[in-house]
Amino acid sequence: MSDSSKPYNPVRYLTEDSRPLYLHYGEDFLTHKFPAGTRVVYANKPMKPIDNQGAAIRYALNHPEGDVKPLYAQLKPGMKVTIAIDDISVPLPPMKTPDIRQKVLEIVLQMLTDHGVEDVEMVVALALHRRMTEGEIKRMVGPEIFKEYYPERLYNMDAEDEDNMVFLGETDHGEKVQIVRRAAESDLLIYVNVNYVPMNGGFKSIGTGLSGYQSIQYHHNPQTILKSDSYMDPKNSALYSSNERMGRMINEKLNVFHIETALNNKMYDDQLQFLADPEDDWSTADELKFKSMQWTLKQLPRAAKRNFFHKVPADYGLVGVFAGATEAVHEKTLEKCWQQHAVPVEGQSDVVVWGIPFESPYNVNSIMNPLLVRVMALGYFFNMYRGKPIVKKGGTLIITHPCYDQFDPDHHPSYIEFFNRCLPETRCSKTLGKRWEKEFAENPNYIEMFRRGNAYHGVHPFYMWYWAENGQHHVGRVVVVGAENDHVPARMGWLSAKTMDEALEMAAEHHGPDHDLTVMHHPPFVIADVR
Amino acid sequence: MEPHSDTRRTAAFYDVDGTLIRTNVVHAYAYYAINSPAMGDKIGKTAGLLASLPLYWIADKFDRRVFNEAFYKNYAGFTEDRLVLIGEEIFEKVIKPNIFKGAHSLVDRSKRQGHDQILVTGALDVITKPLADFLGCKDFVANRLEIKDGKATGRLLKPMIAGANKALWVRRYAEEHGYDLDRSFAYADSGSDIPLLSVVGNPCAINPDFKMRTTARAYDWPVLNLD
Repeated sequence: MSDSSKPYNPVRYLTEDSRPLYLHYGEDFLTHKFPAGTRVVYANKPMKPIDNQGAAIRYALNHPEGDVKPLYAQLKPGMKVTIAIDDISVPLPPMKTPDIRQKVLEIVLQMLTDHGVEDVEMVVALALHRRMTEGEIKRMVGPEIFKEYYPERLYNMDAEDEDNMVFLGETDHGEKVQIVRRAAESDLLIYVNVNYVPMNGGFKSIGTGLSGYQSIQYHHNPQTILKSDSYMDPKNSALYSSNERMGRMINEKLNVFHIETALNNKMYDDQLQFLADPEDDWSTADELKFKSMQWTLKQLPRAAKRNFFHKVPADYGLVGVFAGATEAVHEKTLEKCWQQHAVPVEGQSDVVVWGIPFESPYNVNSIMNPLLVRVMALGYFFNMYRGKPIVKKGGTLIITHPCYDQFDPDHHPSYIEFFNRCLPETRCSKTLGKRWEKEFAENPNYIEMFRRGNAYHGVHPFYMWYWAENGQHHVGRVVVVGAENDHVPARMGWLSAKTMDEALEMAAEHHGPDHDLTVMHHPPFVIADVR
Repeated sequence: MEPHSDTRRTAAFYDVDGTLIRTNVVHAYAYYAINSPAMGDKIGKTAGLLASLPLYWIADKFDRRVFNEAFYKNYAGFTEDRLVLIGEEIFEKVIKPNIFKGAHSLVDRSKRQGHDQILVTGALDVITKPLADFLGCKDFVANRLEIKDGKATGRLLKPMIAGANKALWVRRYAEEHGYDLDRSFAYADSGSDIPLLSVVGNPCAINPDFKMRTTARAYDWPVLNLD
């Protein structure tokens, strides 16, 4: 039971009396009683949200960061303005309405109207992500903006529409910078971002978000990924450095006004907020609620569970909004992100456990296929650190997921071919890239499905594979608990265990009986500040 | 399967009606019927067409070849020169405005990837040729009417291009012209064209009917919706 008089400590060591921990397991939960001495890292408590969001947004627009004029001072009648907006991949899960993007857009659009700016278009910055559906866009911007602007002046960008993409030039590293034509030809480009983890935002917003394959291939490749110590730590990320070079060039050529919003980590509403708390702090009522939820989920077919989870929005609150010059704004945003997500942790572990949930940035309203399970484990969760990875070099990573062999044919068509045709031949990123990346990227079927349907770009599964590259190189082995088949873990190069006890035994056999064991209790997401 | 190690050529084979264009052979015939020079003919042909539509629908669902045999009887008596002449006109007035916007983009990208563009259709050759020229296709195969004494008999010359025959034609064509079918593409909308998609390494269903969609889902073929 929690004692509210004590300061909250997100790092706990289990005792013999500790409750079993729950772990995400796709669309279900697993529970396991870990041995005494296990270190468990929980998320920080949600930061207090800003009550008057409108006032905070207006203040940010009028008091910009960096050497730029306030937004109102940059506006004049007759000018051409483009507003780029982050897509559905952030935040996860999508937040309750009104989405913070709606709140920002309402104020920005009103300001533009008040200053006589009529030539305004809004573009969803998809890069190579899938097109958002009408319903998703409407939910993101609110019904009024949707009614007034969609589809002529509010639309998904099309990175494969050659007439509407332009090259701005090359960076001093020879990286070609490609961007949406409308943005390049505007007098002012406003970017409305949702910052959820430190990897997002900053130069990456425009450098990646508004570009296409011709640009993205310079940093989304095995070599650059291997040189990125942590995606969440921009200073040590070659990926971010490449984006920074591109972003700087864009900012030199275009007039960019960046708006970033930082969210807290209140993933659950008040009824379910206990899921973010240490199990040992749960009340009896919380425990009953969890058990009944777990029982109910077990009775439902997977598709029904998936639909249910995708319909439950997060209760995120705004904890910071900053506007102005890209770099200065992002610095402020990062501070808020670290404040919310970073948990100081003493030392790495031989063995680290995390449960894989039903959703990643790339399967909102869709299926978490095996490639996305891998990218969630070795791409996202692995990189949730600053300083050093939470798992020691050569350590064991234990994950929980059913690893079902299911793909969404509308969202992830090229993933299916990648999984069934390429992966059986090799798991080497460099070989995969060399042999097949271009073929997939230029496959006319995938390009047209990307342009006219809701498919991720043909090259996307390669990026997912590369994304996990440094995690894969760092850990010694991955053991998946509860896989419902043998071939998915085998194709990923993972070991398989029926139960958590079996996985822990496998780890102990390798690391010896005195190994360190840490459970990272994602989500809500935790960034381990490892010392 | 190595993507670039094989020097054999690759092709993209397209069904036409419902795949690249939103019209079908019935629309084309309707144009003939309505544009018959004599008023009596015009009324007779148009009324006959309307009366036969349910029968055609049933025949098409039963077997595309049965449909073709029944449908092309409508052309009996058309002179050869008139068929050729009006083919161009049908293309301009019926086919061209009904080419899916996405079809242009698909064909253009496929060409740039170095695939030869080939139409494989149950429509008539006189209508298909202008479309093939317009899209910049390397070749096409279409149905041909039997002509006797300068007039169409209403029968099709063999082999009739429909259903499994399309797949057979593609296999023979690939053999004769040195195409690598494993690396080639095929596009179709109808369940009757499942054999056509089955013979290439990169099948894709476009605007699929129920049977095609079910098969595409079962085999993880990409499904593309063009408009």
